[in-house]
Order: sequence, then C-alpha cells, then structure tokens
Amino acid sequence: MDMLASLLPAGVAYHAPVLIVIVPLIAAALAAFMPKGVWAWGVAMATSVIVAILAFGLLGQVGVHGAVSYDVGGWAPPHGIEIRLDNLNVPILILLGVLGVLSLVYALPSVADEIARKQQALFYSAFLVCFAGLIGVTVAGDAFNVFVFLEISSIATYTIIAMGVGKDRRALTASYNYLVLGTIGATFFVIGVGFLYMATGTLNMADMAAVLEQNGHNRVTQAAFAFIVVGLGLKAAMFPLHVWLPNAYAFAPNFVTVFLASTATKVAFYALVRFVFSIFHPEVAFVSMSFTWLFAVVGVVAMMVASVQAVFQTDARRLLAYSSVAQVGYMMLGLGMGTAAGLSAGLLHLMNHALMKGALFMALGAFALNFGVRQVKDLAGLGKTMPASAMAFTVAGLSLVGVPLTVGFTSKWYLVTAALERGWWWAVAALMISSLLALAYVARLLAAIWMENAPSHHGEAAQRRLAPWMMMVPMVILAAANVYFFFHADPLVGLARAAADAVMGGR
Amino acid sequence: MSPHLILRIVSKLLIPLIVVFGFYVHFHGDFGPGGGFQAGVIIAVAVILYALIFGMDEARRAVPPVAVRYGAALGVLIYVGTGVLTLFMNGAGEPLNFLDYDALHPDQSHHTGQHYGILLVELGVLTTVTSVMLAIFYAFAGRVPDIKDEDW
Repeated sequence: MDMLASLLPAGVAYHAPVLIVIVPLIAAALAAFMPKGVWAWGVAMATSVIVAILAFGLLGQVGVHGAVSYDVGGWAPPHGIEIRLDNLNVPILILLGVLGVLSLVYALPSVADEIARKQQALFYSAFLVCFAGLIGVTVAGDAFNVFVFLEISSIATYTIIAMGVGKDRRALTASYNYLVLGTIGATFFVIGVGFLYMATGTLNMADMAAVLEQNGHNRVTQAAFAFIVVGLGLKAAMFPLHVWLPNAYAFAPNFVTVFLASTATKVAFYALVRFVFSIFHPEVAFVSMSFTWLFAVVGVVAMMVASVQAVFQTDARRLLAYSSVAQVGYMMLGLGMGTAAGLSAGLLHLMNHALMKGALFMALGAFALNFGVRQVKDLAGLGKTMPASAMAFTVAGLSLVGVPLTVGFTSKWYLVTAALERGWWWAVAALMISSLLALAYVARLLAAIWMENAPSHHGEAAQRRLAPWMMMVPMVILAAANVYFFFHADPLVGLARAAADAVMGGR
Repeated sequence: MSPHLILRIVSKLLIPLIVVFGFYVHFHGDFGPGGGFQAGVIIAVAVILYALIFGMDEARRAVPPVAVRYGAALGVLIYVGTGVLTLFMNGAGEPLNFLDYDALHPDQSHHTGQHYGILLVELGVLTTVTSVMLAIFYAFAGRVPDIKDEDW
C-alpha cells in the first residue's frame, strides 16, 4: 500500500481524485480533433493508462490515509461539490482503469474492422466521454453529480452502441430502446434524489446519511428509496428492468460490448450499493425488508429465468448478454443478504464477472473479425481454426460456470458461504441450479467450438487463421487472470471485504 | 434578379445584429438572465437563418461542417481548460483546487476571478452549443433519404 501511495508525484497525488475524471474528459475533446482514427486511439490508450495509474495511486492513498476527500473549487462540503474516495469505490476505479487499458489494446483492430474510417476519431471521442462519465459516477461524493455523470455516460453509451450499425442495422433500434429505457431510469433516479433533497436539505451523500440518521425516515424518504432503486436497477440490469441489455450487447461493436459488459452495469451496481447501504441505513425496517423481499428475490429470479433464456439463444453475444443478466442476479442476491459477508461476495463476483465476460466477449469479437461468426452454430470448428482464442474462451466460459481452478468458483464459494451463514438454504439451491443452467449454455458454445468440424467451402476446410496479437494479448491476460486469481484470491477478496466493511462499518 | 429580394436584404441586415445580440446575452450572463446556452443558440440561429434564405451550400461555405466539429471539441476544451488552469495557478503559495476561479485575478476582496471564471466557462459553453446546434441542423438539412421518394 505504501508503495502504491507513493506511486504518484506529490502535486499529482493531491489532485488525483479530480484528475481521474477530467483527464478522460479533456482527452475526449482532443480525440475529436484528431484527423485519423489511429491517432484518436492513441489518445484514448494514453488516457486509459493514465487513469489506471491514477486509480492505483488512489488505492494506495485510501489504503494509507483512509477516505480521501477533494473539495472542487475550494468550497468545503457539504455545501461544495465533493469528490470522495473510500474502500468501496476505489476497487471500481481499478476495474475501470485496468479493463479500460485491456479493452483499448483490443480496440484498434476491432474498431478498424467495424467502424467507418472517418467516424473512428469521433467514436473514440464518444467512448472517452462514456469512460469519463463512468469514472465520475464512481468518484462523485454528492448525489446530484452521480446523476449528471450517469447521464453523461449513458448518452455516450447510446451513441457508441448505435455505431454497431456498420455491421447490423438492428444496432439502431437496440440503441434507441436503451435510450428510451435509460432515460426513464435516469428520470426515476433524479426524482428519488429530489425527494431526498426535499427530506434532508442536502445533496452531499455523507451529509444526507447523517441527516437521515438524525431525523429518521418518513413517506418521502421511502418514496425516494423506491425511485432510486428502480432508476439505478434499470441501469444495472436488475432482473425485470434488464430488457434493454441483450440487444444492446448483441448489436453494439465488439469493443463496446467488451467494455460495457465488464464495466457499465458494475458502476450502476456500485451506485446502488452506495445509496442502499451508505445513505439509507440497512437496519432501517423498510430497507432491510427490501433486501429480503426485493433484491434477494429479484436476484434469484434473474439467476433462473435469464439463464434459461440464455440456453435457448441462437446469437452467441445475445446468449452471453442473458448470462450477464443472470450474473447481475448473483450480485443482487449477495446485496440482498444484507450482511458484510454477502455484500463482499457480491462485490467479489462483480470483479470476477468483469474478468470472465471481458475475455468471453473479446474472444467472440476475434471470431467475428476473422470469420464473421455471430451465431452459436457458426462457432463450429473454431477450436481448430483459432485455437488460442478458443482456449481463452473456454477458460473464461468454465469460469462463468464456476468450475474449480477458476475465479467463478471462488466467488460462488463465497456467495454460498454467505448464504449459509444467513441460513438461506433456498439461495444455495438456487445457486446450484443456476450454475447447472450456466453449464448448459456454456456447453452449447464449447461443444460447437471443439466437437464440430470446421465448415468446408467447396470441399476445402477453413484454414487456421489466428487473431491479431493486439486482440490476443488482452484476451489471454484476462483468461489467465481467471485462473491466477483462483490461486491468489487474496487481493480481490481483500478489496471486496474492505469495500463491504467501508459501508457496513464492521456490522 | 433573384427572387425573395426583401427577405434577402432584411436578413442580411439582421444577421450581424443577431450575432451581436448573442454576445450581449453571453456577456450579460453573470449579472442577469442569459449565458452561454442561450447565446450559443442565438448565434446558431443567425447561421440557420442564413441557410434558410441563401441555401445550404452557401451556409456550408460560410461555416464548414469541419469547423462545426472542431468548434464543439474546442468549446469543451475551453470549459475544462478554465478549471485546469486554476490547478496551475497557485494563489498565495497554497495549492488551489480544480475550478477555484479566485486564482484567475489577484483582486480577492471582490472575487473578480470568479467573474472571469464564469465568463470563460460560458464562452466554452457558447462555442459548443453553437457548434452542436449547427451540427444538428446540418445533419437534418443535409440528410439524404435511404429510399428515394420515387421508389416507394
């Protein structure tokens, strides 16, 4: 931790909490100036590396000094805008930084293939706006700025999803659907924040929590809770509000799917945890009731229904998108346990899921680049024609099922332990059934890849054609991380536990 | 003789005034109603009026789409740059935070720096809003239908 804390020079370290937001924002404007897509990619790449370094520096600072607070404009909170970092949001920043770097390395060949040449610079610009927005949601210390950054990231997301139009026109309707639903979600969220402001007279999240603890709850704060849960639940793809997600992931450019699947819903989930645990107290009657009867139930239903839906998909990316909805269900179940163990298991699964889905979508993107593969049945024989990508896909797929020796097993283990601690046998049963369903849909993909023969064209079997190294390297790193963090689980488990303790206060 | 003579002459007279009024709204923004958003729209309206009267090609020659794209990005840079500038201007030896506009002017008792700060930020807003309004207008006005009307 000390080493990480001294990673940044003193001047930069002091301003790091705000630099991590404004560097991508400035870079977005710079990328729009770039005449060539490659240059804009360079800007984006450099930005993501800076963000990753800043995130690790901030991890060190939080580890050494505890929560870090930055007064924007020199106005002290609660009146001024505060940027606040603690053990809960720093892991999310690390996730954003690391997956930003990896997915941008992957982006160059993928985007060159999928986006029209003269739109590439603007595409990277929109991506950087989305990146800045997601980081902003994570670091903001007041509720209104969470909303503002949520909108910034969402609007940029609608754009970059719609850029999938070059390969499939359905990207437009997918993006439009997401736009309509996302806007409704954001509206619900801001109505909730408005109610909270009415009840507490403050927008600073720490101050809100203090005022609520002092004044107690009433109908207004209950309504606020309901609006905020629906609004953020929609962004996080909580089960009945997930309908935007499968099409958005299936028709977006591959790089966008990789990035969004491993970060966007995670950031929304973080915001939900922040509101439900830090601002509303988990011991307040209606909040603790919502854990058992809303989050846990919705989580279990998602694990079942979305997994069954995934089994019957024909489009490979849609299949994985439904699986993402199911995985969000695991996180919601962890949250719904309302214990430090449950929450930390949910957060651990959040990080592990980013590793698995990142690798899986990267491999699908590589298949799409070389052979134009989109359907499950077209995956046939890729084990022979693209062995390395197929191996990475297999490892991440097994991790998704929760096979031992992969991180999927670790997070499911912690979830089961937390459920048993709570005495929730039905949750353990649900986890088992859902894992079997995951096995069913992953087996469909793997069977096509390894068991079937490569399609032949005029009697000539398809030739081996490896993915470009820029796609291969991040994919293999993520797949290796899936195994590495099983044997060295401590860093991630430690981050998740510290995050849970930060909001539960050791309860 | 070109048609619509009165429209052409009157709008030629009006367009500079509209732009001046836009800047008036901008510079008045920190004391009263107005600001970068409104001023940006008013200035964009001047160009849109020009396009309506003299045609899209003339408007594109006056304000090229490339300039619109760069303008949108430039506005964001001015906007963020104002905040970043304060990071580098250490007031009385103490580190100042992002967006601490007091750094922009030594007169601390009247907070003149805060006025400068908001004017600069609004200038960024004005540049971006003007550009984006024009970008939207160009995109709609220059849209070629996917299916020609005769093919329906």
